[in-house]
Amino acid sequence: MQPLITGKLITCTLLFALIQFYAEAQTDADAIMMGKQNFCLGPMYGHSSWKNYWEGTLKRDNLNLGTVSANMYSIMGNYGITNKLNFLFGVPYISTKASAGTMHGDNGIQDLSLWLKWMPLEKNIGKSVVAVYGVGGFSTPLTGYSGDYLPLGIGLHSTNLSARLIADIQHGDFFATASGTYTYRNNVTINRNAYYTTEMHYTDEVEMPDVASFQFRTGYRTMRWIAEAIIDNNNTLGGFDIRRNDMPFPSNKMNWTSAGVNFKYTFKKVPGLSLTGGGSYVLTGRNVGQATQFNGGVFYIFNFAKPAKDKAGVEHSCKLCVKP
Amino acid sequence: MKKLISFIILLSVPIIYYSCSKEIHGTTDNLRPLQPGSLDIDAGSWKPVLLSRVDTFSVAVPPLTNSPAYIADLNEIKAYQQNLSSEQRSKVSYWAAGGVLRWNELMRELVAKHNLPAYQNEDGTYPIPNSLNPFNYPQFPFSNPPYAARAYAYVSGAQYDALIACWHYKALYKQPAPYKVDSMVVALNGKSDLPSYPSEAGVLAGVTAEMMKLLFPTEIAAIQQKLEEQELATIESGTATRTDIKAGEALGRSIAQVFIARAKTDNASKAVGTPEQWAQLDSTCRAKGEIPWHSLEDPTRPPMLPFFGNVKPFLFDSLTVISLRPQAPPSTHSAEMQNQVDEVYNYTKNPTQERTRIIQFWADGAGTYTPPGHWNYIACQDFLDENYSEVRWARNLALLNMSMMDAAIVCWNTKYYCYYPRPSQMNPQIKTLTGMPNFPSYMSGHSTFSAAAASILGHIIPSRAGAYDAMAQEASMSRLYGGIHYHMDCDAGLETGEKIGGYAISRAKTDGAE
Repeated sequence: MQPLITGKLITCTLLFALIQFYAEAQTDADAIMMGKQNFCLGPMYGHSSWKNYWEGTLKRDNLNLGTVSANMYSIMGNYGITNKLNFLFGVPYISTKASAGTMHGDNGIQDLSLWLKWMPLEKNIGKSVVAVYGVGGFSTPLTGYSGDYLPLGIGLHSTNLSARLIADIQHGDFFATASGTYTYRNNVTINRNAYYTTEMHYTDEVEMPDVASFQFRTGYRTMRWIAEAIIDNNNTLGGFDIRRNDMPFPSNKMNWTSAGVNFKYTFKKVPGLSLTGGGSYVLTGRNVGQATQFNGGVFYIFNFAKPAKDKAGVEHSCKLCVKP
Repeated sequence: MKKLISFIILLSVPIIYYSCSKEIHGTTDNLRPLQPGSLDIDAGSWKPVLLSRVDTFSVAVPPLTNSPAYIADLNEIKAYQQNLSSEQRSKVSYWAAGGVLRWNELMRELVAKHNLPAYQNEDGTYPIPNSLNPFNYPQFPFSNPPYAARAYAYVSGAQYDALIACWHYKALYKQPAPYKVDSMVVALNGKSDLPSYPSEAGVLAGVTAEMMKLLFPTEIAAIQQKLEEQELATIESGTATRTDIKAGEALGRSIAQVFIARAKTDNASKAVGTPEQWAQLDSTCRAKGEIPWHSLEDPTRPPMLPFFGNVKPFLFDSLTVISLRPQAPPSTHSAEMQNQVDEVYNYTKNPTQERTRIIQFWADGAGTYTPPGHWNYIACQDFLDENYSEVRWARNLALLNMSMMDAAIVCWNTKYYCYYPRPSQMNPQIKTLTGMPNFPSYMSGHSTFSAAAASILGHIIPSRAGAYDAMAQEASMSRLYGGIHYHMDCDAGLETGEKIGGYAISRAKTDGAE
C-alpha cells in the first residue's frame, strides 16, 4: 500500500444558484477507498456562476440578476473503518450574490452530508482490475436557511437519502468509472401558507420529487496523479417547469448535464498530502443555471492504525498497488 | 460481512419509512359539510351592494312537489345516488364544505396563476395584456395586487347580492329540500330546514362563473367545468333538484350582469395609462422639486397600474379617496428622508432568521394569490370555525374584499400622487430580501390592505381582533425588513387602512345582518 489521498473535489454544480453544491463530493462517487484507520481531511473552495438559465426549456438571461455567483468553503473527510468500508462527511458554507438588480445575496452553513461507502468486490480480470462499490448517503440542513429563496438561496433545505452503485475498471494507468444514484428527497416546509405550482396548494409543505443521477468519469490514474474527464447527468423525477418570467421554486424539475475535468496530485516528499482541483460546465439543463464552476482543495491523510507502518496515511487500492 | 448487511438494512429502514409519507394535504382538503349555526332565513332583508331591490330579477314559482316535473327531478337524484363512484363522492364532499369557500379558493388559484409580470419585448419595451385578445402573450390579466383586490371584491360582492336575492326567494317559496319530500333521497351533506329553491349552490355557480369569465377570460373552459361539477355534486348529495339548481344559476347569472356593467365603467380599464401619462407623472414630481420614483427593473418597466387610484370604490365615493390620502411624506431632499433610508439599510444589512421568516410569510409577490388573497385565506380559515350560512360567508367576504379593493384604490392613488422613490433608488447599496415592486413607495400596499382587512375582520370576529391587528403589524413590518419600504410607508398604510376598514364596519353595522 502506498500513500494516496482521497478527498477529491466537491462538484459545486451551482444550479439555479440552485446551489447544488450540496457537497456533491466526488469522494462519494469515485472508485477509491481509504485504508483502515486512515483519516483523510481537508478544506475545499468552490466557485460557481451563471448568467444564462433555463426557464423550463427556454434558455434566457435576466438583466435583474446579471450573473449569479456562489462561493463555497467546505470541510470534507473520509475515514477508513476497514479497507472495504469508508465513512465520509462534508459540510459547506456558501454565500451567493447577484451582480445586478436589487436582490440581496444569502449565506450560511448549508447541509451536513454523510456517506457509507462499501467495496464488496475487487477482482483481477485479465490485465484489468474491476471493482464494485455501494454508497449510502444522508444529508440534512444544519441551519435554518430558507429553501424558498431561489435563485439566491444557498440550498433547498431538504433532508435526503441516497443510494449509489459504482462500477470501476482500471487497466494499466487508465480507468473508467460509471455510477448511478437514486436520491430520495424529503418534503420541505416553506415560510408560506399557500403556493402555486401547476395548481394551488394550501399548505406550507412542498412535495420534493426524487432525483436520479448518473456519472461517467475516465482518465489517467496512478498513485501520484489523477487526471480525468467527468460527465454528470441529473434528472428530477417529477417537479414542474418555471413559468414564463416566474420565480424558481424548490420543487421545480431541475435537470442538467455537465462536463468537467478533475485533477489530483499527491506529493512525493510529503506523503499523505495532496492537492485537488477541477472545473465543470453545464451543457444543457432545465430550470437551472448554466453554471461554470471550479474548485480546489488540500487534503492530508492521518494514520491512526497501530502500529502505524507508514508515517502518513494510505489509501487502500489494490488496483493501484500493482503499479510500482 | 454480517455487519455490512445490517448497515444496509438499517439505512433502508428510514428510506422505506420516508417514502410512505410524501403526499401532502391542504388545510381544507378534508372538511366537514357546512352545517350553519343559523340559517339566516331573513337574509333577503339584508342590504345589497349594487342591487336596488333583492327581487329585481324574478324567479318563477317552483314546481309542486307532487308534479311530474318534480318527481322526475327526484328520480334523477335517486338514480345518481344508486351508484356514486368514490371520485363523485369526493366531489360531493369537496363542495359540501361550502360553495363560497370553494369558489374563493378557486379565485385565489386563478389570481396566483395569472400573477406574472410580462417579459420584455426585443426593443426593451413591455407588452401589455389585452382583455380583447386575452390568449396572446402576456395573457390577460396580469393579476397583480390591485387587479386581484378588485377581482376578489367584484366576485364577493356579486356573490353576496346574489345570495341575499336567493334567500329572499327561498323564504318566499319555502320549497322543502328533496330529502324532506322523499325519504328515499339520502341527505349526503346532512339535513337542514333551509328551503332548497332556488339552490344557493346554483346561484353561486352562476354568479361566480359569470364574474370569473369577465375577470379571467382565458379560464372559461375550466370555470364552466367547476360550475358543472358543483351543480352535479349538489344534485347527487340530495340537497337540491336540477330545477332548484337551474333557477339558482339563472338568478346568479342575471345578478352578475349588474356587477359586470359596473366593472366595465369603474375606470379600471384606464388604470394602465399611456406612455405620455407615465412621463407626466415624472415631470409633475420634478416640477415640485422632488426626486421622482423610477423603475428599478432592467429594462425599465412602466409603473404598475398608475391610474388604479381613479377606480370607483365600493364603500365611499371618489372624493373620499382623495381625502383619505395620508399626510405627504417628507421631501426627498430632507434629513428626515435620509434617516428613513438609513433605517431600511440597517434592516437589510444583517437579516435574521426570524425577520426572514416574516418577510417570506407575507411576501405574496409574483406567482402568488397576492396580499388580498392571503387575507382571504386567513379569513376563510377562521370562518370555518364559525359555522356561518353560505349567505353570511358571502356577506363577510364581501365586506373584507370591498375593504381591500378600496384600500388598493386609496393606496394606489397616494402612491402616484406622491410618486416617492423606493429605498434602493435612494441608496443603491440597499439590497432587498424580497422582490422589488414596480411602483412608488409611499405608502405601503401590504400595510394598507392588512390594516383594512384586520379592522373589518376584527369587527366580524371580535375575539380574533387582537390577532388580526398583530398580523397586520407583522405584514406591514415585513416590507421594512425586506428593504422595499420605509417605516413611514408602513405607518401611513396601517393608519389609512384602518380608516378604510372603518367604512366597512359602518356598513356591517347597518346592513341588517347583525
